[in-house]
Amino acid sequence: MKRFLLRRVLLAFLTLWLLTGVVFFASHALPGNVAQKVLGPFADPEGVKQLNHELGTDRPIPQQYVTWIAKTVRLDFGRSLNYDRPVTEKLRPALGYSARLALFAFVLVVPISIAGGIIAAMKRGRFLDRFITVAGLSAAVVPEFVWGVLLVLVFGVKLHWLPVPGLAPPGSSVFSQYKHLLMPALCLVFVLFGYIARITRAGVIEAIDADYTRTAALKGLTSGQVVVRHVLRNALVPTIAVVATQLGYLLGGLIAVEYLFNYPGLGQLLLNAVKKRDFPLLQAAVLVSGTVYVVATFAADLLYMVLNPRLRQGATS
Amino acid sequence: MTRNERPATDSPAASGPAAPIPALRFDGLHVAYKVRGIDRRVLSDVSLSIAPGEAYGLVGESGCGKSTAAFAAMRYLPRNGSITAGRVMFEGANVGAMSNAAMRELRKNAISMVYQNPIGALNPTMRIGAQVAEVFRIEGFDRAESLSRSEQALGAVQIADPGQVMRRYPHQLSGGMAQRVVIAMAVATNPRLLILDEPTTGLDATVEAEVLDVVRALRTTMGTAVLFISHNLGVIRSMCDRVGVLYAGHIVEEGETGRILSDPRHPYTVGLLRCIPRAGRGKDAVRLDTIPGTLPPLGADATGCVYAPRCGLVRDRCQRERPPIVESAGRHLTRCFFPEEAPALPRTPGDEFAANVSIPPITDDRPAALVTLVGVGKTFGHDDLAVRVLRDINLHLRAGETLGLVGESGSGKTTLAKLLLGLVAPDAGSRIALDGRQLGAVLGDRSAADVGAVQIVFQNPDSALNRRHTVRHIVSRAVVKLGGKSKGEAIVRAEILLAEMRVDARLHAAKPAQLSGGLKQRVAIARAFAGSPRLVVCDEPTSALDVSVQAAILNLLVDLQRSEHVSYLFISHDLGVVRYLSDRIAVMYLGRIMELGPADAVFSGPNHPYTEALVSSLPSVDGEPTRRVRLVGEVPSVTDPPSGCVLHTRCPRRAGSGVESLCDTVEPDLVEVEPGHLLRCHLSLERLREMQATVAAVSV
Repeated sequence: MKRFLLRRVLLAFLTLWLLTGVVFFASHALPGNVAQKVLGPFADPEGVKQLNHELGTDRPIPQQYVTWIAKTVRLDFGRSLNYDRPVTEKLRPALGYSARLALFAFVLVVPISIAGGIIAAMKRGRFLDRFITVAGLSAAVVPEFVWGVLLVLVFGVKLHWLPVPGLAPPGSSVFSQYKHLLMPALCLVFVLFGYIARITRAGVIEAIDADYTRTAALKGLTSGQVVVRHVLRNALVPTIAVVATQLGYLLGGLIAVEYLFNYPGLGQLLLNAVKKRDFPLLQAAVLVSGTVYVVATFAADLLYMVLNPRLRQGATS
Repeated sequence: MTRNERPATDSPAASGPAAPIPALRFDGLHVAYKVRGIDRRVLSDVSLSIAPGEAYGLVGESGCGKSTAAFAAMRYLPRNGSITAGRVMFEGANVGAMSNAAMRELRKNAISMVYQNPIGALNPTMRIGAQVAEVFRIEGFDRAESLSRSEQALGAVQIADPGQVMRRYPHQLSGGMAQRVVIAMAVATNPRLLILDEPTTGLDATVEAEVLDVVRALRTTMGTAVLFISHNLGVIRSMCDRVGVLYAGHIVEEGETGRILSDPRHPYTVGLLRCIPRAGRGKDAVRLDTIPGTLPPLGADATGCVYAPRCGLVRDRCQRERPPIVESAGRHLTRCFFPEEAPALPRTPGDEFAANVSIPPITDDRPAALVTLVGVGKTFGHDDLAVRVLRDINLHLRAGETLGLVGESGSGKTTLAKLLLGLVAPDAGSRIALDGRQLGAVLGDRSAADVGAVQIVFQNPDSALNRRHTVRHIVSRAVVKLGGKSKGEAIVRAEILLAEMRVDARLHAAKPAQLSGGLKQRVAIARAFAGSPRLVVCDEPTSALDVSVQAAILNLLVDLQRSEHVSYLFISHDLGVVRYLSDRIAVMYLGRIMELGPADAVFSGPNHPYTEALVSSLPSVDGEPTRRVRLVGEVPSVTDPPSGCVLHTRCPRRAGSGVESLCDTVEPDLVEVEPGHLLRCHLSLERLREMQATVAAVSV
């Protein structure tokens, strides 16, 4: 088990290291020079040269990479070209907003979709099962921004039940803040429901058909006891692990949804950095979102191991 | 659904005015599974009755409806299964008419069940203690009381350290230990009926014997009625008072176990018994009989006798009318028009292929060894994590000879096979030679001819054959790869090979999934023979097959050996099969060869104490009293083998031998004690002969 853990940690670091490479070379090593791209085609050559010097982009690429990564590991991402402030100053609040949206969506989608999956499995082959499966799948194939537009039109424009902007005006009550967050979160619920419900359904069905479930039923337990004590215990192990990886997706920059609801999260920041060719900001945002993803995946593996005695305890007696 | 004659009392135990209310009774039970909207009958008019305290065996091949009968009794049929006619009665009450709550009460404390695959029957995410305690919790005991009762229950099934087992998870238990736990849960509440569905299938012979001991002991202390389901007639004989033979959902014969098995009166029972290899009759003495044809498909409805299409005594009447179940000569019940003729059932015609070929007995002046293993070892892992799974194996195999390899799981049998095949490289210094030439350590180092010369037949043909290819393609590809033929030639050769394996030409274009288990194994054998092999490793080739199919495959292997002069390394946990097929036998324990010698000498003794225990654990169909020699405890871990003789912790002959201290400290060598017979034991052959003779005298 220790070796498994160690391997996972090493793999996570390897992934991050590869990511730094991709991020760095994508922005630095592309043909042309950085300052020219930033300042535009008609910039003064002296200015271009000076900016390149300031950015360090006139030095050899490997050297640039080393200095860059040395700063990066100290969480010094440099200054944003667009805002002319330290990148971290822009990054931190965006990450906070993203986390709030992600967690809210997560709290909504997990119980709903796990319950949906369990119901589908218990009613296997019946109408309710088909309905949940088909509805979940249909919802998942519609892109989140289409859901966003639909929700805005129906609940925001037509019915006036919910406010359209994702962020409540400063000083609003907590309730009002979450009311603003509800529509963006719902988009994500629609996207993830089908996926999580299906995995739950598969896990529950496998557990229902397993021999140990038969043992439990033939002990004389009620079907409720069988489901809660024996079926769910086993069925939810893979589900929970899969769900945990989704946290990475939710946190790692929901560009379309944040843009649509004008929500100042990581996605928006990323989008703006691209638009303004704000390289330091872009690099930092991509790295952070990648790190969040890697950490979430690692957490999922860890959780799976904690929940699964076969991984937690070796086979030796 | 036609209901034919259904006498109210079908079974003698239920008749008679003074008979007690049976613990379990089936009254003309019909069970069907709905497949694609159509009810397909799996049990037809099954009537049986089990008296309180009685043990009733239900035998039959796979697909005959044995497990369906068990689940019908527990009212736990699969979701598409239903009772279409008849009743299941528990102590006089109709199980089908009970409320769910009443059924739960029955399951809690009156009926219990034990199944095949015990590890799967335990919840992998719960500790053993919690699972056993649950039985008491639902009875209403509090947590502490439930746990202490669980500990007692585990002690009752002879688990040495219950407290420690309770803290473990199922995957940390051996199969035998897990089955004891399942049995402990089943009998915890003193049920009045215990249903055992193939409880020892897949377990080692020694473990099987121990599990059966536990069941026997519990029966004598608790007087539980037992419905024992098994395909193994030897196990049934040793466990059951009465037996019912199930064929295609019909009980075809029923009566007292000893009588049915020694004087069967239904052609199916007769055929089934002739398929089983018997002690003392090897491949050179007798050819196994087989049952032609296959089980009718699920739900097929014959107008006449269900067994008519496969029966060697079939008459016109059998095709037209369905025989009732009748008493034969005042002895037992049989569903046959001509019960008195059954014992004279003609043998299946032996095939021209081999019948008249006589093989010279193997003597020492025969050509030199085909395969030689010298100082072969295998260590997995390294440094402080090194596990020596094979140690100093010295063996040779002559051309045309079968060497049987036996031993409990974990003894290294399969690893040895992998080394021979070049799937795993042996440790440095090991020598594996074919015809005196050293073989490459792994497949990549071997020439195509050498790869073709050493081939394997696996236990499970399902996973050994590529599902996407046709039978012809699978075999012809092997001919190309192993036999070095062109594609056109290969197809011709494949057709010939398949014909030799008696795979019908119509099936050559089929995919493996469309074939029965026996046919798949024939295809796998054809594949192994594609490159004209010199040595074929057979790793449990018939373990997944029914006895009638097993007999046909064993016959085929014998025929092929005679015509191709091929050698076999035959691995099986079924000692009866190994004894039938093998010329010589090697007995392995913890990676060492403990005994090596001619099959008869090894089996009938004097033999190694370990072999003695293995052989004595084999339940006999013939019901001969076997003198049981028990191994105590579980197989030690290979990672930490005992000091001295590796068997000393479990040896049945160590105590009182006078050389105990030697056994505990010095590992004996494998020495030749009589010509061709090698033993790894501190006790002399004479001493063993003495010890083994005394016990035999005592027990008779």
